[in-house]
Amino acid sequence: MTRLVPTAVLAVFFTVFAALSASAQSIDETINGIFASSTGWFVSLIFSNFPGTSFPWIVGWLVVAATVFTVYFGVIQFRAFGHAIALVKGDYSDPNDAGEVSHFQALATALSGTVGLGNIAGVAVAIGIGGPGATFWMILAGLLGMASKFTECTLGVKYRNEYANGTVSGGPMYYLTKGFAERGVGGGRFLAIMFSIFCILGALGGGNMFQANQAHAQLTNVFGEYPGWITGVVFAGIVFAVIVGGLKSIARVTEKVVPIMGVIYVGTALIIILMNYDKIGWAFGQIFAGAFTGLGVAGGFVGALIQGFKRAAFSNEAGVGSAAIAHSAVRTKEPITEGFVSLLEPLIDTVVVCTMTALVIIITGQLISDPATGNYLLNEAGTAIKTVGDTSGVALTSAAFSSSIGGFKYILALAVILFAFSTMISWSYYGLKAWTYLFGEGKGQELTFKVIFCLFVIIGAAASLGPVIDFSDAAIFAMAVVNIIGLYVLMPIVKRELNSYWSRLKSGEIKKFT
Amino acid sequence: MSEKFVVGYDGSDVAKRALDFAVSRATAQGGSILIVHVLEWSPYSFLTPEEIEERHARRTEELDRAEKALMAPLKSTIAAAGVPVETQIKYGHVAKTLCDVAKKEGATQMVIGRDGDGGLSSRVFGSVAGSLVQVAPVPCTIVP
Repeated sequence: MTRLVPTAVLAVFFTVFAALSASAQSIDETINGIFASSTGWFVSLIFSNFPGTSFPWIVGWLVVAATVFTVYFGVIQFRAFGHAIALVKGDYSDPNDAGEVSHFQALATALSGTVGLGNIAGVAVAIGIGGPGATFWMILAGLLGMASKFTECTLGVKYRNEYANGTVSGGPMYYLTKGFAERGVGGGRFLAIMFSIFCILGALGGGNMFQANQAHAQLTNVFGEYPGWITGVVFAGIVFAVIVGGLKSIARVTEKVVPIMGVIYVGTALIIILMNYDKIGWAFGQIFAGAFTGLGVAGGFVGALIQGFKRAAFSNEAGVGSAAIAHSAVRTKEPITEGFVSLLEPLIDTVVVCTMTALVIIITGQLISDPATGNYLLNEAGTAIKTVGDTSGVALTSAAFSSSIGGFKYILALAVILFAFSTMISWSYYGLKAWTYLFGEGKGQELTFKVIFCLFVIIGAAASLGPVIDFSDAAIFAMAVVNIIGLYVLMPIVKRELNSYWSRLKSGEIKKFT
Repeated sequence: MSEKFVVGYDGSDVAKRALDFAVSRATAQGGSILIVHVLEWSPYSFLTPEEIEERHARRTEELDRAEKALMAPLKSTIAAAGVPVETQIKYGHVAKTLCDVAKKEGATQMVIGRDGDGGLSSRVFGSVAGSLVQVAPVPCTIVP
């Protein structure tokens, strides 16, 4: 019976949409209008600038935090790098624990949540607005972000809830409450509630609408224009089947295909870069010159920096707190080991995959520059760089790849859809954890959230990119505001764990099993 | 030194034949039996977030079920026949895990069954019996 109710709700929804299909385009416009006007205030708040500058405070907030953690933990991203690899390989895993979630599995699942459209579409947005220089700041933010990820994932495991039936729930909401109580600091519960609210919004925004939106953009790019809500309804139906209907087979197939797509994507990018090997030096020249001069982009080098930092944070989610939810279920006696493993996430996501996308866009000459000055030309509105064929977002990446390898846009369309789908599944889980933290565990509560989640897939596919991307960024960054306050308060606890573990590792008390 | 037989057991008919064979030899030679049940598992497979969350609970259930349904009935019948018997339930790659157990427990012989069903998957990935013939650390008997 409980299964019938959501099916009926969805059936009604489909009927309403089908009945209105005659005025399809106007549905898109209506959804877009309502959406943009109702979220505008939230976006302005999160992206307001430091007084008297054009620098959004939220970008400063993330970068300062990542820098603080990098310094506080003594450049942990490089110190623990080798150990992180050994942990993922399973060198330190007790064979008697076989059958439990391994470090590799936790990392792979967390990665399939973060490697997604941020790496394909998000980077194209950053390069399109901020120029090649944005790549430099993106890589820097990725490297610094490793320290933020380390901090939050260690805390995620340390303060998770373990239930009598053997399942676990973890994430910022738990370390904010339990960790703050342990340190005798007030306000933990309040921050946990704020985080949960933002996490739900982030799940519906960046983890859902942005994905649906860009998947639709890619589909129209391949098959020609058609109304966005159609993609939305189809996607919503599949997501519904998986998260409500419990069709695990679909999720399992995606989980297996996504890493393969990731390898194909990076491999193809490498091939294109090697095909243009004579331009590699030039491309890096553009990246460095653009990083400090802007090469004529809107906002100059600060514009490049903001775009780079924004896209890095959106793509690898370091400091946002989502990874702490994903990593918290690993089976380990030492919470800090999961922190080490999670270090690799921003590295793979941002420093490797995002950089590949950026290099392909730059090297294939998608951005149009003025031969006389070497500066990039802006489009008529002056907001972004003029590109070959006036593309932006995922269409720009697609154009860049297709200019070298003709049919790649079909493979990319498939990759985009799969990445979008796996990211949606991951974020539906993050959102659900926040939802059950607020409203309590239970089938009814879970179902409510899952149905809402599916409805937002349709909205995301129908709305235009601008308002969706603004809202997605704003919601995800709002999570970081709360989460990072928590990380500052709790970082001495991580330091204690780190010192204890590191000394036992050096003394040989923690041994390899292989 | 008395003989110690490691028997790979999954509850199938061939596994039962292999176990019967091992029990008869152990009775004749005054040896002991170590029954090993391996649950196929790779630490490099991909799981969804829900599967990760429930993994520990699932594992506990799986171990519990294997112990109750497979191992406990065997233990009592074989012990009643007067042969010393131990059991182990492990996770991992079947052939590799059987070899690891044999080495660690100082087994002198291994016994496994084969179903003789050379399907496509065993052609591509190899069968447990096929792998053991090549890598077994002690003499290995394959019971048809």
